[in-house]
Amino acid sequence: MKYVDEYRNSEIAKRYIEEIWKVTKGNWMIMEVCGGQTHTIIKYNIDEVLPSKITFIHGPGCPVCVTPIEIIDKAIEIASLKDVIFCSFGDMLRVPGSKKDLFAVKEEGGDVRIVYSPLDALKIAIKNPSKEVVFFGVGFETTAPANAMAIYQAKMMGIKNFSVLISHVLVPPTMEAILNSPSNRVNGFLAAGHVCTVMGYKEYESIASKYKVPIVVTGFEPLDILQGVLMLVRQLEEGRYDVENQYTRSVRREGNLQAQSILREVFDIIDMKWRGMGIIKSSGLGIKESYKEYDAERKFLIGHIKVEEPKECISGLVLQGVKKPFECNAFGTLCTPEHPLGAPMVSSEGACAAYYKYKVNKV
Amino acid sequence: MGFECPAPINSRSSEKIRLGHGGGGRLTNNLIENVFKPIFSNEYLDKLHDGAVIDLPVNRIAFSTDSYVVSPIFFPGGDIGKLSITGTINDLAMCGAKPLFISLALILEEGFEIENLKNILVSIKLVADKVGVKVVTGDTKVVNKGKGDGIYINTSGIGIIEHNMNICPQSVKPGDLIVLSGDIGRHGATILSLREGIDFEVSLESDCNELWTPVEALINEGIEIHCLRDLTRGGLTSALNEIAKSSNLGVFIEEENVPVIEEVKAVCEVLGLDPLYVANEGRFIAVVPEKFANKTAEIISNVTGVNSSIIGRIQEENKGKVLMKSLIGSVRLLDMISGEQLPRIC
Amino acid sequence: MCLGVPGKVIEINYESSPVMGKVDFGGIKREVCLEYVPDVKVGDYVIVHVGFAISKLNEEEAQSVFRYLEEMDKLTEQLGGDL
Repeated sequence: MKYVDEYRNSEIAKRYIEEIWKVTKGNWMIMEVCGGQTHTIIKYNIDEVLPSKITFIHGPGCPVCVTPIEIIDKAIEIASLKDVIFCSFGDMLRVPGSKKDLFAVKEEGGDVRIVYSPLDALKIAIKNPSKEVVFFGVGFETTAPANAMAIYQAKMMGIKNFSVLISHVLVPPTMEAILNSPSNRVNGFLAAGHVCTVMGYKEYESIASKYKVPIVVTGFEPLDILQGVLMLVRQLEEGRYDVENQYTRSVRREGNLQAQSILREVFDIIDMKWRGMGIIKSSGLGIKESYKEYDAERKFLIGHIKVEEPKECISGLVLQGVKKPFECNAFGTLCTPEHPLGAPMVSSEGACAAYYKYKVNKV
Repeated sequence: MGFECPAPINSRSSEKIRLGHGGGGRLTNNLIENVFKPIFSNEYLDKLHDGAVIDLPVNRIAFSTDSYVVSPIFFPGGDIGKLSITGTINDLAMCGAKPLFISLALILEEGFEIENLKNILVSIKLVADKVGVKVVTGDTKVVNKGKGDGIYINTSGIGIIEHNMNICPQSVKPGDLIVLSGDIGRHGATILSLREGIDFEVSLESDCNELWTPVEALINEGIEIHCLRDLTRGGLTSALNEIAKSSNLGVFIEEENVPVIEEVKAVCEVLGLDPLYVANEGRFIAVVPEKFANKTAEIISNVTGVNSSIIGRIQEENKGKVLMKSLIGSVRLLDMISGEQLPRIC
Repeated sequence: MCLGVPGKVIEINYESSPVMGKVDFGGIKREVCLEYVPDVKVGDYVIVHVGFAISKLNEEEAQSVFRYLEEMDKLTEQLGGDL
């Protein structure tokens, strides 16, 4: 595939790896914010071919992983209702709630369907006027404009049987939360290329200068990651803390203005609970009052559901990069991809599942 | 003829399967006489006995069974009928056995179109004729509307082993090479593209195909075969892991040697799947001594018309594990998949 | 997070709201929302996430990952020359 295959070229990769070996002198902790990047790093075992002085800390950037257990339970409650068609991205189906997952709802006869796009869920609503169609709108800034469009369109078209259970999280407040944590070990960030495609990277400039931490906006293919690491290490070695853009083929400094404007139209910025990390101020998106009839949480009166997370699971610490997955007592024993305890074991890009799946020297 | 209650079936309703078609009475008989016999007629089936009585020319046989559920029932490159007969033929072929006799059991849902049933049976017959197997016994049951997905099929098969090789994971030796019969992931990618909510326009077809023809060619050409394994659900990775675990040896492959056609790659990229885990229905791996590897790939390519290639080797190290050299030169572990791969957004 | 895949725009329906089009990803085609890439033309490459084009791919910048190494080489040579 054009613009995919060429970024997996082994010769160029080798040259980047050599270059990184040359410039690395200090010990650096690098956090790749995005789960997609974690996936590439683990899948191509990039951390094994780089100097051991570079340590990757896998960040919280997996929407499947950070969606709080409470929202999953709410999703399960709605999906179990009669006359509801519950639509979701595929990877949310296996995320464990406090008692079961959405797959179990399907097994019990619930109408749970996998869709590729939120607009597909809207189509299903149009096709099934006698059913309530609910879309599970999770994700970061990248996915938010898509979910916003589904809500906006539903309103424009006057569709009454469609609503969205929203759980949207924002990256910059989370990066700040990590940097403010007393246990923070991160020296530099690879910022998420697709989040920045939508939002731009102006917001990151103040983070970089306030915390004196370099940030490189990075893509998702092996060569992107390698170039991002090289750019970041060069900054670290030179004592710079700029925001640089590796993913120039997609990211502009101001981001995607059209997408941002629909986000402002449909969503408010709210305080948000993250799985394993608690409430982070102004770190999420909620549906505006003017679109409240499309908010599944208000439509189905599920606000009373309150759930605590399992104690054995240290996913919060893993997501903050304080602990590695194998430092968890439950890893590979109580918690496996078949029976995940915490969300990072669910998504194939979750730090725990990625470790479990690809690591040669796994426990 | 006197008045009958209920009234005789008119021609319209007889085009669909009714509960009575599985009841053992006249409707069942109609189905056998009008649908099954014209398609499958042979000396065993025509006796309409409770079972088939057969004489086997050898002592060593292979016996296998498998059940088939698939949605959609008809898909580009095949249908549930073709799938159900190739599946059992392939299981026998992987034992190095020449498939001879097949049983066919159907579970039909009330209201299923008889025309569709006929098409499915014809698919079965076409494969059976190509390979030279006979459908010698069968059964049909009908379940209430809403209790099945149109049609489920079970086939069992008997094949005869006419050579002295012991084709199984325990015969695998360090230094053996692994030959893959063609590009991977076509079946899974095709089926997934058709799902509601995914809706890709593809010209992809399932790789659904019988594998006895290439295996027979290998045997006839005197290839020393240590192990054969067809790739089904769980894809190439599962097959390799099964061999690594059963043989208690290591498997090492190189990603750049594993062919994936552009469209399959694209479906996987867009849905966030890994072709190494995607289902196949007409591909297999052959584990052979190094000196036979090139010839093995050449024979398979000639017989099937699909490019076969050497993808890796068996090693002493990393017993029970499958390792892969990635495109960028690093080595990673290929573990079994837990459950079905799901399309992901991230 | 956020799987984004490059594909080529092969059809645009300006009349629809939101603007929809068809994108070809290595031979497979799918309907994609193009509302967020208003200046896109048939033949352009876009990055698609959950059925939405989120950016027009800058084809010149797509080469930067290969240029970067060359630029570094040049820099090293210059530095080497100065020493």
